[in-house]
Amino acid sequence: MEKLILLLLKLCILVCVVHAVFEDQVGKFDWRQQYVGKVRFSHFDTQIQSSKKVLVATESNVFAALNTRTGELLWRHVDKTGPEGNIDAYLHYAQDTVLVVGNGRMLRSWDVNIGGLNWEILLDSGSFQSACLVGQQGIVKHVAVLKKTVISVHYLSNGHQKWIENLPESETVDYQTVYSDGNGQVFVLGIVPHSHITIVVYSMEDGEIIKQVSVEAPWLSNIPGSCVVVGQGMLMCVDSTTLSLNILDLHQQLQMTQIPLQSLGLEVDPGFHPSLVSHQPNPAQKPLSEFFLQLGPERILLLQLNNGQIVKLNDFKPLKVLLASFATTGEKTVAAVMSPKNATAYSINLFSADTGRRLLDTTLIFPVDPNGGKPERLHVQAFLKKDDSVGYRVMVQTEDHALTFIQQPGRVMWTREEALSDVVTMEMVDLPLTGTQAELEGEFGKKAAIQDGLLSMVLKRLSSQLIMLQAWIAHLWKLFYDARKPRSQVKNEVSIENLSRDEFNLQKMMVMVTSSGKLFGIDSKTGGILWKHYLDNVPSNAAFKLMVQRTTAHFPHPPQCTLLIKDKDTGLATLHVFNPIFGRRSQVTPPALPQPILQSLMLPLIDQDYAKVLLLVDDQYKVSAFPSTKNVLQQLQETASSIFFFIVDSSQGRLSGYRLRTDLSTEQVWEVAIPTEVQKIVFVKGKRPNEHVHSQGRVMGDRSVLYKYLNPNLLAVVTESTDLHQERSFIGILLIDGVTGRIIHKAVQRKARGPVHVVHSENWVVYEYWSTKSRRNEFSVIELYEGMELYNSTVFSSLDRPHAPQVLQQSYIFPSFISTMEATLTEKGITSRHLLIGLPSGGILSLPKMFLDPRRPEIVSEQTREENLIPYAPELIIRTEWFINYNQTVSRVRGIYTAPSGLESTCLVVAYGLDIYQTRVYPSKQFDVLKDDYDYMLISSVLFALFFATMISKRLAEVKLLNRAWR
Amino acid sequence: MLLHVSPLPVSAFSKMARVLPLNVAVIFMLLLFLCASLVCCNNGRRAGDPSETELSGFSVPLEHSFELDDVAKFQSRGSLLLKTGREPSVSLLQNQLSEEDRAKLKEVAAVDGLYRIRVPRVFLQTERQAEGQMEGYLTAFVRACAMVESHLSDVITLHTDVSGFLIGVSIVTFPGACRGTEVEDEVDLEVFNTTLSIMAPVNAPGPETALFLERMELETEKKGKNPQEQKSFFAKYWYLILGGAIFLMLSNSAQPPAGGGREQS
Repeated sequence: MEKLILLLLKLCILVCVVHAVFEDQVGKFDWRQQYVGKVRFSHFDTQIQSSKKVLVATESNVFAALNTRTGELLWRHVDKTGPEGNIDAYLHYAQDTVLVVGNGRMLRSWDVNIGGLNWEILLDSGSFQSACLVGQQGIVKHVAVLKKTVISVHYLSNGHQKWIENLPESETVDYQTVYSDGNGQVFVLGIVPHSHITIVVYSMEDGEIIKQVSVEAPWLSNIPGSCVVVGQGMLMCVDSTTLSLNILDLHQQLQMTQIPLQSLGLEVDPGFHPSLVSHQPNPAQKPLSEFFLQLGPERILLLQLNNGQIVKLNDFKPLKVLLASFATTGEKTVAAVMSPKNATAYSINLFSADTGRRLLDTTLIFPVDPNGGKPERLHVQAFLKKDDSVGYRVMVQTEDHALTFIQQPGRVMWTREEALSDVVTMEMVDLPLTGTQAELEGEFGKKAAIQDGLLSMVLKRLSSQLIMLQAWIAHLWKLFYDARKPRSQVKNEVSIENLSRDEFNLQKMMVMVTSSGKLFGIDSKTGGILWKHYLDNVPSNAAFKLMVQRTTAHFPHPPQCTLLIKDKDTGLATLHVFNPIFGRRSQVTPPALPQPILQSLMLPLIDQDYAKVLLLVDDQYKVSAFPSTKNVLQQLQETASSIFFFIVDSSQGRLSGYRLRTDLSTEQVWEVAIPTEVQKIVFVKGKRPNEHVHSQGRVMGDRSVLYKYLNPNLLAVVTESTDLHQERSFIGILLIDGVTGRIIHKAVQRKARGPVHVVHSENWVVYEYWSTKSRRNEFSVIELYEGMELYNSTVFSSLDRPHAPQVLQQSYIFPSFISTMEATLTEKGITSRHLLIGLPSGGILSLPKMFLDPRRPEIVSEQTREENLIPYAPELIIRTEWFINYNQTVSRVRGIYTAPSGLESTCLVVAYGLDIYQTRVYPSKQFDVLKDDYDYMLISSVLFALFFATMISKRLAEVKLLNRAWR
Repeated sequence: MLLHVSPLPVSAFSKMARVLPLNVAVIFMLLLFLCASLVCCNNGRRAGDPSETELSGFSVPLEHSFELDDVAKFQSRGSLLLKTGREPSVSLLQNQLSEEDRAKLKEVAAVDGLYRIRVPRVFLQTERQAEGQMEGYLTAFVRACAMVESHLSDVITLHTDVSGFLIGVSIVTFPGACRGTEVEDEVDLEVFNTTLSIMAPVNAPGPETALFLERMELETEKKGKNPQEQKSFFAKYWYLILGGAIFLMLSNSAQPPAGGGREQS
């Protein structure tokens, strides 16, 4: 019987054919890159000498381990986004890492060897202040967590609570720091701003208050910002108003001793807020008595507290110290100091922490990327060499969120571009032609033809033909050479020099804009970063809009992209104009924009250099053009009356349309106002300008044609009700013509709530919402048709379409939440469309648009069958073979970008979020590509056979005819 | 009477009004008005409502502007008579174009200017009638030439939102194209031939589970009648399974000696 069952199982496996990627196709057309985000805490795992791990906890709520040799991820844990998953504190002891997560909501312990969770406990509510490890007799067994009103101590082994105590006078005192140096006491430091410090000492054993003292400190307002604990429990604070150091013995707590910096012969750079850094190598022991004092952006000193006296160990002169950091290995502690070497390199030196003397042979010089940010933090891994001297590696964190790992004597081991974990917007740009092709273009360009005579043109043609021949032979030689090598050795290194468009334009340049203000150029085929450029003046709350002004099609003019960077608060904007292939800033100087910008739009007009015209509308409703040459202004004047644009003011619920005037001022032509007390505008989506629709209509079952309503100016406006009660909340959909302001259709989805995701394309709008009544996600599709005949089949004008379109709508149940949604896009729009849906689980679903079709019939008839309509089913089922990223989970998908390729069947897809995933999709299968295993031999032999057969039969027929003629 | 209760397009009988003297037109409108309120009173259930008196509606100005320099100067075109309530409806009373205006409209059409209309933002629900008027206007436009060439026949639609706020107005002419045909007869430009309607948002459909389930049930019933389908998996394919099992057994019993032979060698 067992065998029978086994057999059945085998049969089952054989029957269920998986219909997705083949195993050998994994990674062939797709790639994924995983990121962790901007590093907040880092720790080098040093418990084993050979450990190759650096642990990082980041601002993207990720806790991960990186391989220090390669920079690859060893493991990664992604928590919830937002403040709920925020990593507040990072504590490390032996092989355990303790994290406080979500403003003190959770305490988690991780085993760093395997990345497994040891334990996790929920903490009592209350806003988190500080946490520290508590040791006794050299062993750390507890962790103390300080909240606004309570302090609790937990066992490190299992997370159980040892004791919890309410803090005295927590209404008036703002407790900020907890400290322990391994003598069985826990110090809690609180402050009454501009009055005094309160120190509460708890007994480690039972949480009893041993001592509670107040010390006058009227100048102090923030303990963690200006104070550190040094040496034998001495609290050292820096006062930036009187420029002095203040020392308080935590064990005696008499009063603060003030030592003016001037008495030490130190001066603070004007306007700089001095700061202190101390080091506690082992939480069960006292901190070092040495500490750093930063007096200016390039001035850091190493000081020592010795019997209440401050001794200057080293002021590192004449070095300009940018960053300094302590590192401990064994019993030795060193201070690593980073200073600029020259314009393109930095140097790092090691100093002994207790003497301040420089260690020999420890200089490390490394080059810096001129297009990167300044170094921000220094993470040092020190280790003991065989001869007992100290060796070290450093991980430098720069302003642009990049991590660079450097080994002595200055070899960059790896760089991680963590800015890519937060891509805001992107574009795909065609690669340029090859060098030879470009040369041909250049030689027979317009200018050349006018200047030269006939003879020189012939010579040029010959020479360029020679060049082409040469290139071809070189190519053949390379093919032959590569063919002899084993496949694994053939490396197709893509560098910026050999970038060129491939036959089917499948390889493109991905220009990615990240929230940190760093721009990247990534090769879409391999995922390699080809260029990067850091914009250092980007405000933290900037909104970005990336536009391609000139594509690569206009040789010798370089392609040109323009990035509009707008400060969300002030509305002030700047333009960054660059070449998307090389990342270099363009020679074209962008106009200064002194006024806040309301709207920007790309016009189909081009100037004499083939750059599309960008119009910017400021808050005075004045329009400025970029580029603003005479030619452009003249064209604008000629076409002004047909240039319309709209502005959405969601805070006032106002949508207004404007028309350009010949003097580049504007006039308001329409206005729609949605009262904000009832609903608010959440989305306004137009169609993509590069979208092509191949067929104007749909052929019905009875062979008549239902024409689509293809209005390129149509806007889908989505509103959400302000009333969130589940009975009264609703989602509103408005379809408005962007030129005339005519409301084409408006629908209300009752008992529905956001978040709404919308895709607007061709003649349809698909939106997804949460149904509060049925508690499920639902999809709805609206399709617009002109009817059985077209009003004006030659040209579409919003000003001349008097008939309202027919509107069809249908809704479906979707069994999952979604993160983002986009539609596929192909070159000519012949291929059927799919919706690409990013799910919170990390899958990317390719859902055929066929399933979202309001014409799906309830009852099947002969005609609907003829039309290939799927009978209506209320639920959309997620089929596993629809996942385009098989097991390559994409964490926290925020956006999906689609671009057409040179092949009509193929659409390039990039999903970005915490990870980046690039692949190709074939919504209608690869109808224009021969399969990899296509039998060329068979087809050619058949062809040849047929050819010879016709030849022979022709000859035979001729002979026969001749014979007949003789007869 | 039905005309006013339905939310369907209501045409204002301006053509008729042209023939009649103006005061007659007013009386005619009043008459329609009375009819409308009568209908509502006949409604029965609503009788005694505090909003009853307001069901008669209120009027707001409809203004238009067509200027040679395209700087909007709105003048009265007529007044919209809005009937509030659960199913709001609207009717229009509008003036004729003066000779001066006709000439100006033709001039504006010649330079491809715009013909704009505007209505104030109002609230059509009865309960909050007092605060009905809000600040600002809703505007829309058509090309002046389209207005001229269509002999002032336009379609104006007022759009309301769920709660009865007027959110937008749209105007199209019929025919909508500007072909450059000269309008000779001045009389053609005297009277508006307006089709007016008010539109509330439609309710978007949810997933239709009930109908689908019904259909499924029907199908299962059909299947139930057919005993051929009722057979279980084993009942249908027992011979295949048996054959497979025998094959497996045979192959298994054949294997051990071969393995044993290898062990010995």
